[in-house]
Amino acid sequence: MQFPESWLRALVNPPLDAAQLAHALTMAGLEVEGIADLAPGFSGVVVGEVLYCEKHPGADRLKICRVGVGESDSLSIVCGAPNVAVGLKVPCARIGAKLPGMEIQAAQVRGVESHGMLCSARELGLSQDGEGLYVLPTGAPVGKDLRDYLALDDKIFTLKLTPNRADCLSMIGIAREVAAITGVAANLPKPAPVLQDTTDTWRVSVADAAACPLYCGRIIKGVDARAATPPWMAARLERAGLRLLGAVVDVTNYVLLEMGQPLHAFDLGKLAGGLRVRRAQAGETLRLLNEQEVTLAEDMLVIADEQAPQALAGIMGGVHSAVGEDTKDVFLEAAFFAPEAIVGRARRLGLSTDASQRFERGVDYAATRAALERASALLVQICGGRPGAVVEVKGRLPERKPIPLRLERLARILGFAMDVGTATRYLERLGARVAPAGDALLVTPPSFRFDLAIEEDLVEELARLHGYDAIDAKVPRGPLAMLPVSETRVAEAELAERLMHRDYQEVITYSFVDPAWEAALGENGAPLALQNPIASHLAVMRTTLWGGLIDTLKYNLDHQQSRVRVFELGRVFLGAQAQAQPRRLGGLVYGAAQEEQWGLPTRAADFFDVKGDVQTLAAGLEFARASHPALHPGQSVEVLRGGRHVGWLGALHPRLLQRFDLPAAPWLFEFALDALASRDAVRHQTLSRFPSVRRDLALVVAEEVAAAVLLEVLRSAAEAWVVSVELFDLYRGKGVEGGKKSLAFRVVMQDTEHTLTEAEVEGAVARMVEAAQNCLQARLRS
Amino acid sequence: MNNPNDIVAEALAAILGCADYYALEQVKARYLGKQGVLTGLLKSLGQMPAEERKSAGARINEAKAALEAALRERREVLAAAELERRLAQEALDISLPGRGIGRGARHPVSQTLARIEALFHSLGFGVADGPEIETDFYNFTALNIPENHPARAMHDTFYLQSGELLRTHTSPVQVHYMLEHRPPLRIIAPGRVYRCDSDVTHTPMFHQVEGLWVDENVSFADLKGVLADFMRAFFERDDLPVRFRPSFFPFTEPSAEMDIGCVICGGAGCRVCSHTGWLEVLGCGMVHPNVFRHVGIDPERYLGFAFGMGAERLAMLRHGVDDLRLFFQNDLRFLSQFR
Repeated sequence: MQFPESWLRALVNPPLDAAQLAHALTMAGLEVEGIADLAPGFSGVVVGEVLYCEKHPGADRLKICRVGVGESDSLSIVCGAPNVAVGLKVPCARIGAKLPGMEIQAAQVRGVESHGMLCSARELGLSQDGEGLYVLPTGAPVGKDLRDYLALDDKIFTLKLTPNRADCLSMIGIAREVAAITGVAANLPKPAPVLQDTTDTWRVSVADAAACPLYCGRIIKGVDARAATPPWMAARLERAGLRLLGAVVDVTNYVLLEMGQPLHAFDLGKLAGGLRVRRAQAGETLRLLNEQEVTLAEDMLVIADEQAPQALAGIMGGVHSAVGEDTKDVFLEAAFFAPEAIVGRARRLGLSTDASQRFERGVDYAATRAALERASALLVQICGGRPGAVVEVKGRLPERKPIPLRLERLARILGFAMDVGTATRYLERLGARVAPAGDALLVTPPSFRFDLAIEEDLVEELARLHGYDAIDAKVPRGPLAMLPVSETRVAEAELAERLMHRDYQEVITYSFVDPAWEAALGENGAPLALQNPIASHLAVMRTTLWGGLIDTLKYNLDHQQSRVRVFELGRVFLGAQAQAQPRRLGGLVYGAAQEEQWGLPTRAADFFDVKGDVQTLAAGLEFARASHPALHPGQSVEVLRGGRHVGWLGALHPRLLQRFDLPAAPWLFEFALDALASRDAVRHQTLSRFPSVRRDLALVVAEEVAAAVLLEVLRSAAEAWVVSVELFDLYRGKGVEGGKKSLAFRVVMQDTEHTLTEAEVEGAVARMVEAAQNCLQARLRS
Repeated sequence: MNNPNDIVAEALAAILGCADYYALEQVKARYLGKQGVLTGLLKSLGQMPAEERKSAGARINEAKAALEAALRERREVLAAAELERRLAQEALDISLPGRGIGRGARHPVSQTLARIEALFHSLGFGVADGPEIETDFYNFTALNIPENHPARAMHDTFYLQSGELLRTHTSPVQVHYMLEHRPPLRIIAPGRVYRCDSDVTHTPMFHQVEGLWVDENVSFADLKGVLADFMRAFFERDDLPVRFRPSFFPFTEPSAEMDIGCVICGGAGCRVCSHTGWLEVLGCGMVHPNVFRHVGIDPERYLGFAFGMGAERLAMLRHGVDDLRLFFQNDLRFLSQFR
């Protein structure tokens, strides 16, 4: 809502300057988003009249003018504007005048003295129009200061209103609010009925009284639709951000702004028979004032004549019966439409209008008829015409029921007490009726406050008028209960820290992704699709984090980053059941294992680098060869924990490299967070007092034998005192025949009860070797 | 040359001239070895007259002792020089960078969320979580936003084909939590939210932190205390000005908008605060009785306050980030600044 300060001050004028007034409004909940000067600062500019005009002898485009400025003397001014002409009233900057960016001095222009400057609107900073002189109305008083004449010392306020305060979508509403906040009385117009001057009326009926509980209208015959909108009204409309659209529409817009009541004027000559307020029939169409042709739905309310809908009730009029320059007779409408009958409809049609904005939130039904009278009076005053009697169809209007307000409840909610007198005074300032009722007050809100329905609403009103800032903040008090901290759950933040310390950067990517990524990377073919995506490449909900990670890789490769190690924590959305929104941890590794550095050879990160990273996330991860559609079948694993599926790790499938336009395959992993989050509480084990013995075993096995399998065989054959068996070397080449490999294990033995004898040690090793020989045809490497 | 004094003088000169152990051993052999000059003198003592023998022997032994001392001293000097040389040789260019892997960082939004969680944790707020695909009930209806309410238009909701929606705020977590837990309650709920809006100052996904405190006597004055305390702690400014303005949210009544003094210009007025000196950082209010009714909590017995803030906004203010979109571009050059 935008309005000029001068308009507000005409209605209520508290002893506050513009900044103080804005602050008072903001702190009362009517946020002033901006205050702007209507016109930039300039001085010394008066209304001038061009008395005489002749060509400059030394320049084709210049003219020498004599300009009357209201004194006996006139000024000789050289002017280059193409539209300068004798008789024009134009702004004249006198010597010494200050304009935006310049000061006017006496000057010689091609040998001719010039004692001032005639100005365009642009030179005064009033608009972008610099084409010619700013031509003032012929009645402009010569010599008068232009700022006074045009009332330019005005400020434009812009309010950001919350949707509950529709009552402030009008000047009267804001004035009432200012009066309530400041305690200064407002001086609001009280429209009197216009005198009836024709017996003509128009038939009106309401088919849906619940949707339209009040419909008023009247004929005004013989208007001059070409009449000029008076400057005072034009100035207010323009300063409120509205365009001028001809006197009749300007009047309805003016009353809309002034009183908050949307009005509509039909061209009576275009109406076929009486008007009916009814629901639209499915498939009916209407061409609106903005030339948009809309197809109506059955829940939309229309004003129809006997042939067709003529207006979309409470939203916008139709173009067919719109008032134009040739309109002679009008039917002026002022109605109250129930918010429920209007809300949402405009939005469905892609519209938001001044009318719909107000009707959706609630228009003051008690002022509807007054608004009609106000508009009638202005219309007759400006355009002439003979008004008929008001036609009114009235049903059940909303009722404001008294709300009980307990001041002890107010004190509990706000944390401070307010006495009955203060509360009553504030509420009455808001226009409410207050009656005592035992310990409580019975408060009946005014008709224009659709937002006051329950006790808490009144508490807010009282807090607002008292001032939120005047309520003392309290030090919070509450029971000092400790929050649980689990030792067997690993917090997400801890997993993130672990990756961070292994040189991974966390990223956050959108949860909606390109359907093509999902097709390429997803495990299920039907990701959840958005009805209204913001872009076609953000149209489906991700079922994997990999799409966003690969996108991050591409972005960074395109920005000269050759080494990318990233992870993301976030939900994925698994098709069929929308309830399945598990949290996952995904990662991507691309490029060198370490940042290029002097002390380490540079090499590309490989499977085992990433596997090592992954193994720091949780104990007991198992890796099983399995195939995933997006991963290289020979370089990927399914990760399990306690036999349960946890996730995947592997290289992007080569066939997808081209699809994602990547020079090399990144390593990818993704895990279910809840599967990583558990850990065993630590149970300490007694340290042995006896020495440990180490034996190294090198076993030659066929290439196909997985290291983990051999390790498992050794471990299962180990005596109880074998503390650990670990792989420490892998060898192929000289001394090992083709198709075989040598795996070296470190076996550590230690007993908690005695020192192991040589025989025990040798026997244990022999049994492990034997098991390896029997199960896997392993042989001891000599 | 049979005078021990002459021999000593000569030998000492030779010892001082030795540059290494090898030369020193040579000198030692020449004078003290089996064929050495002093050894020869000692051997010749036997041919001396008895009366001279004693004094000559004493002089020779003195000379021998002097040489041995000189040799020892020289050895130490050489050893010290050798150590010096070795230390000099082994000196490292300690300016070379340390070897090994680098370190990544958490995303600045995650860091901000963690900071908010930590501050509220210190006041006994637990962390609650909720789904991001929501039903109309949790996102709107239970929060007192009935169908067709104008407030819905402000939410620019993403809908799924199923009719479900992406939550437009973290407030539905309040509803889930209150359905599952009974007062007293004290939680915050950080997470992703979605709005169908994208321009210079809006991304279709962003993060909010919701907060809720429900108990028998929680008042608007407490709300002011907790939130003012939080903002001052978050920005580490005890003198940070704060103010509360009436506002409107369907799920709170009274509702407020919280402003802090601009942390960029200190209140003098700048582009970030639109020259007002104030920054809007948080929406809050007392839980609306209809919300309590939807979750089966008696609004006559319990009161509560709720608040919601944008994590990106706080991160931007805290770190001087001037473009929201940077958070979701995931440019490593940007993210790595937050190590």
